[in-house]
Amino acid sequence: MIEARDLTKDYGSKRAVDGLSFTVQPGIVTGFLGPNGSGKSTTMRLILGLDAPTRGDVTVNGRHYREHAAPLHEVGALLEARSVHTGRSAYNHLLALAQTHGIPKRRVSEVIDIVGLHEVARKRSGQFSLGMGQRLGIAQALLGDPKTVMLDEPVNGLDPEGIHWVRNLLKGLAAEGRTVFVSSHLMTEMALTADHLIVIGRGKLIADTSVDDFVARASQKVVVVRSPELERLRVELTGPGVTFADAERGALEVHGLTAEQVGDAAAAAGIALHELTPQQASLEEAFMNLTRDELEFAAELDEVVA
Amino acid sequence: MNAIAPTVQLPRLEGSGRLAFHRVLLSEWTKLRSVRSTKWSLFAGFLLTIAFPVIFSFVTRSHWNSMSPSDRADRHPLDIALAGVNVAQLAVAVLGVLLISAEYSTGSIRSTFTAVPKRLPVLWAKLLDYAVVSLVLMVPAVLASFFASQAIIHSIPQLQISFTAPGVARSVLGGAVYVMLVGTFALAIGAIVRNTAGGIATFAAIFFVLPPLMFTLPTSWNNAISQYLPSEAGRQIFALHHAAHTLTPLTGGLVFVAYCAAAILIAAVLLIRRDV
Repeated sequence: MIEARDLTKDYGSKRAVDGLSFTVQPGIVTGFLGPNGSGKSTTMRLILGLDAPTRGDVTVNGRHYREHAAPLHEVGALLEARSVHTGRSAYNHLLALAQTHGIPKRRVSEVIDIVGLHEVARKRSGQFSLGMGQRLGIAQALLGDPKTVMLDEPVNGLDPEGIHWVRNLLKGLAAEGRTVFVSSHLMTEMALTADHLIVIGRGKLIADTSVDDFVARASQKVVVVRSPELERLRVELTGPGVTFADAERGALEVHGLTAEQVGDAAAAAGIALHELTPQQASLEEAFMNLTRDELEFAAELDEVVA
Repeated sequence: MNAIAPTVQLPRLEGSGRLAFHRVLLSEWTKLRSVRSTKWSLFAGFLLTIAFPVIFSFVTRSHWNSMSPSDRADRHPLDIALAGVNVAQLAVAVLGVLLISAEYSTGSIRSTFTAVPKRLPVLWAKLLDYAVVSLVLMVPAVLASFFASQAIIHSIPQLQISFTAPGVARSVLGGAVYVMLVGTFALAIGAIVRNTAGGIATFAAIFFVLPPLMFTLPTSWNNAISQYLPSEAGRQIFALHHAAHTLTPLTGGLVFVAYCAAAILIAAVLLIRRDV
């Protein structure tokens, strides 16, 4: 369980995290979503006490991270950039961390085997590819058998097999009752992995919601409609905030109205409908819909969609 | 590379414990021994400590007969025996800076402070590990260089000195203590500056640039100030003779220890207060 209250961090005059309050619950995968530079990594550093908050507070499993008697058993973290001495082997890197908590050597070998780094574990980690570095980071996060697992962009640089494996790993860890907090700037990835979403932009909380609600809420107002009198229907539906797009096979896609509103309007005008379908938006579209109004945010969205 | 294990179940961890200082000590020892640059720096420090006195001894022996009386008078057996200390201190200082600055440059400090979020135990453990390692390495080195140089110049009675003569054992072993203290001072500098090049430059400025600069001061000022510089105060630990305008071995040693303590204190305060 991670609890942030009014968490705020300034770097000089730049506010990286701005009054974030959220709770990350155990037993589910919580996605931490936002464009690059929106404050996800800073928030994770604040959670681990690597950076001190300008204002506000964050606790892990009921305490400040540094106050835990055995921190590695509380949180296992994969941090954004590489956090390994390039001249040290993966094995010795993990061994040194394990030794601070009296974690036995066989556990080091165990997590190395789990992430598939067995054959390169004795090589200097500076020679690792991005994907191998990510696997080492994941091994590090798993080392202490932690109650909370926190991973910053874990699938970066992984091949499709590795990405699939990380998804299953995260779901498995959550199913064991652990708190799983995983950041990404890719909504498609979160849709496949997360149960719950915390969305931030420019350091501020935009949404704290289940993935299903998030998609449902944003997709409520896209309706595909088919009618022999499409042009007349279009005139009837025209109003503020309503836009149209041509859908396949002569249908019309109506944005800004619910299926109920479209059906009622058609009935009132005596227009026959041959199809009336609310659309399930993809998570990507949902995210864009949610943040569309935030003008200052528009530039960053290009990055997110890419 | 192996295929990733098909199972995604994380095996439970048994037989582990809490964070404790003796465990952080072991962890830092693992870090110290598991990087190539460490072994090379320490090996170089050890080798230079012995190699310089051996070379100087051979040179002195072969030139003794052609040396002027004043040149001969300038030769002192302990200067020859401890000639390597001045060189070894550089290798030990560079490594001292690297032990912490490399953690910042590679980002491994984030892993370190995630495992030990209170941070200070990491600094104490690094200092203690490094002090023990450098002392364990330097004591045999200075003893070897003393007896080796004495053996090489045994044919020159004027340059014979007994290990049990007053001040000799203290000077010889003091050379090892001095290098150990230099290592801790450099480590503290590295923790303050958090950058390898900056840390080494800062150390070099204090130890190698500042002392000659003092000669640009009026002599009376230079005489009054120079003896309190870290390098000059520390040097008295392994100086046999108490020259004019220098501190006694004990006072000099205490002044140098105070400098080390001050640097460590600043490092500790900054370590807690700064973001990583």
